[in-house]
Amino acid sequence: MQLQVNGQAHEVEAEADMPLLWVLRDELGMTGTKYGCGLAQCGACSVLVDGVITRSCVTPLDSVAGKAVTTIEAVEQDGIGKRVVDAWVRHQVPQCGYCQSGQVMAALALLKEKARPSQEDVRAAMVNLCRCGTYNAIHAALTDLAGLADTAAAAPAGGAQDAEGPSTATVAAAVAGGAAVVAGSAYLLARRGKAGETGQGAADGQEDA
Amino acid sequence: MATLLDSHTVTDSEARFPAQDPVNISRRGVLLGTAGAASGALVIGFGLPVGTARAQAAAPAPIPVRVPAFLEIRPDNTVRFLSPFMEGGQGVFTAMAQIVGEELDMDPARFVVEAAPAGKVFQVMDGGMRITGGSMSVRLTYETMRRLGASARMMLLEAAAHRLGVAAAELTTEPGRVLHAGSGRSLAYGELAGGALDLAVPDPAIVKLKDPATFRWIGKPVARLDMHDKATGKAIYAIDCKVDGMLHAAVQHAPRLGLTVASIANEAEVAAMRGVHSVHRIGGAVAVVAERWWHAKRAAEALRVEWQDPGKDTDVRYMPADFSTEAFAERLANEKGPGQDAEISGDAAKALSGAATVVEATYRSQYVHHAQLEPPSALASFNPDGSLELWMPNQAPEMFQAEVAKFAGLAPEQVKIHSPLLGGFFGRHFLYPGGNPYPQAIQLAKAVGRPVKLIWSREEEFLRDPLRPMAVVRFRGGLDDKGRPVALEAVSVTEGPTEGIANKRSAELDDTALEGITKKAYAIPDKRIAQLFVKNPTTLAYWRSVGNSMNDFFYECFLDEMADKGGQDPYELRLALLEGNVRLTNLLHAVAELSGGWKRGPFTAADGSRRARGIAMASPFGTEAAAIAEVSIVKGQVMVHDVWEAIDPGSIVNPAIVEAQVNSAVTLGLSQVLLEETVYENGMPAARNYDLYPILPPDRMARVHVKIVESGAKMGGIGEPPLPAVPPAVANAVSALTGRRVRSMPLSRHSFDAA
Repeated sequence: MQLQVNGQAHEVEAEADMPLLWVLRDELGMTGTKYGCGLAQCGACSVLVDGVITRSCVTPLDSVAGKAVTTIEAVEQDGIGKRVVDAWVRHQVPQCGYCQSGQVMAALALLKEKARPSQEDVRAAMVNLCRCGTYNAIHAALTDLAGLADTAAAAPAGGAQDAEGPSTATVAAAVAGGAAVVAGSAYLLARRGKAGETGQGAADGQEDA
Repeated sequence: MATLLDSHTVTDSEARFPAQDPVNISRRGVLLGTAGAASGALVIGFGLPVGTARAQAAAPAPIPVRVPAFLEIRPDNTVRFLSPFMEGGQGVFTAMAQIVGEELDMDPARFVVEAAPAGKVFQVMDGGMRITGGSMSVRLTYETMRRLGASARMMLLEAAAHRLGVAAAELTTEPGRVLHAGSGRSLAYGELAGGALDLAVPDPAIVKLKDPATFRWIGKPVARLDMHDKATGKAIYAIDCKVDGMLHAAVQHAPRLGLTVASIANEAEVAAMRGVHSVHRIGGAVAVVAERWWHAKRAAEALRVEWQDPGKDTDVRYMPADFSTEAFAERLANEKGPGQDAEISGDAAKALSGAATVVEATYRSQYVHHAQLEPPSALASFNPDGSLELWMPNQAPEMFQAEVAKFAGLAPEQVKIHSPLLGGFFGRHFLYPGGNPYPQAIQLAKAVGRPVKLIWSREEEFLRDPLRPMAVVRFRGGLDDKGRPVALEAVSVTEGPTEGIANKRSAELDDTALEGITKKAYAIPDKRIAQLFVKNPTTLAYWRSVGNSMNDFFYECFLDEMADKGGQDPYELRLALLEGNVRLTNLLHAVAELSGGWKRGPFTAADGSRRARGIAMASPFGTEAAAIAEVSIVKGQVMVHDVWEAIDPGSIVNPAIVEAQVNSAVTLGLSQVLLEETVYENGMPAARNYDLYPILPPDRMARVHVKIVESGAKMGGIGEPPLPAVPPAVANAVSALTGRRVRSMPLSRHSFDAA
């Protein structure tokens, strides 16, 4: 059958029930989309199908016939996708990186649907697993992308603030001449001190859930 | 050292050259090609593996030689660096570029870092070792890597002096350039690389390292080198690797380790399934090789295999058909015996019998999975000359090379280990009997005469993932009449991961069994810490922070229990027990201050919820950590709102990476204490995927606040140390909130009420 991936038509000879994930990886050689669980549990295999975030490990090939599949390989061809990637780099989100293709695609889907998602929208959309624990960095990147208040470093309930860290300006000055410095990283954001109580960390949203 | 380059002196293929002193290997033009080095590049190594010279002499068409080039300065003014350590998310590639770049005076952003192949010269850790683990990479090679960068910089200065016709002493550098202030001339490193090719590496005695006060990159939040590739799907992991003519394989493992294939009821049918190339009996598994992995997996799942018990001579751990984790925990709790002394001071028995109050409690931990997102794989490819190449996740290339060679009947130099990026590791990718896919991949590649990439499905992975050990610890604590702890006895009924992996006990106790109950800094004068060994039927493994991952939970929770019994505040008690210990006192103050001042609660938060805080400390891998957690109870389950952690690794290389690693370790610590548990029933794991083995999801993550304290003490680790204090901080907070002592993980086993 014919498969539309990233704006290109591919003729693939595969069974109707072969998961899209394995068509992408083994038939088309596009390995950016990852296998993590095969059960739609982790989200590492997330792609867009007609703009909708989809777990490709449980998506049979025939179900995407005539639909447009977008994978991580094309993320920077999309204006919003480029912004997501830039934010991911700016916030130094990935660690091992294995789940990040799926995380980036989830963020892309959210922002395509809603340019200015609320904290609740972000929590509802960003549900992929990350074993390295990049959740707070993802939250910070999305907060930035959504143009929401900087709550990544929301003050703790106790009202503490950490004023020890250098400001963005001092870090930039200290390494003048080097292009390799984190600007606006989670590290720096976390050191900007007290922010409002609204929409605190991911944890608080759960209480109302 | 330069004379080592002289091929006349290089004759013994087993010789090992001092790892600390760099050498220039650029002159060996023949090597450059095999190093993958750019033409005209300056290539610096720590020595030369001497198999090289012999191979060249022996064969007109030499087998590819592994050149120990750590550093290659290319004409385009970029630097290629082969890292002895694997990048698995902990940021070590960037840290290495920062350290080398600092002394080389080259922006780390211009580094391209790859994992070094197996080779003795890459065994740069103390004692000629090389593993990516124990949070050791940076702290054990910091000096060595600085010297490498400094040596290369001196050579570039020398080359520039020659080119400009001035004395080297008149030259300085700025990032990537040599400057001559007198004439205003300058040369990029890339322009000088060719000129430096024939220079000897400077005598180590005259290599000067920078004054740390002038550091440009070390100590700064330098951006990681791998962010864009990882945000765009370009990063390559073992599971993504492919070679021409490759087939794919999947396995069905025996349900219990040790069983072998008796018969396959439907072998012919499976062999005839679409895409299937062949079906293979390989020890404790049946494998299907196919043109596509999906076909292989579907066929492997369709196999109806009858398994049989092993013969007496099996060397793997046999998983009995009646094994259950609940029953095993009961057995550990009731195991009789005093155990073997691990740490003794004073006379604990006497002090306990004379104590005003004795507190007793039994704690237990659970088995846990690594659950790294990338399922294990191995791609095995035999070359026409009989040599073997393997692409696989690993934390120790030389150890894997040696085992692969033994398994395949080859000499180690015939085995080339490729080490792609790790899709998470957490201790998963050491050599584990029965726990690595490479033996199966080698057998299959041999059997089909083509390269084979074997991927373990998540389900097959959870069946063979070796586990963090389970332990039951019996505590007795003695308090004086003022309620202060004066005596402590802890007997841990367990098997350590090191003795478990070796499958035999050594004369000395396994440190990794008790670390975190032993070597605690608190001034409790009379104590006895012991291990009562009970062998586990499960295979065991290192898991991020190893013994500390559970032992600090036991100890720090029991310390709170003693504090409560003696009417002491847990924070104040810790300060008292650490009186005179400046480093740890500062750390406690730092974490308290970070959290806005110590307050235990329970208290009512702004949103109306009842909350409390707990505190705990740990001293893992040369680093000191203190954590405070704030919790509430939501629908009977524990919600962790905030974790404040102060960490003192002595000194650091990259604060942004440290902060990311604290976030990461907090996540795994929360996951363990809140949710995770590998349960066995009837010799089988109850969970074979994330559906029944939950790992921390985003909505259970806490905010994390980090305070890095650089006390100037000897440099400690970063990847693991932030984890162990987290579970007890959470459990202590839950106890403060609910009035109920929590003595086991995970907390999801219990339902709680906020008091």
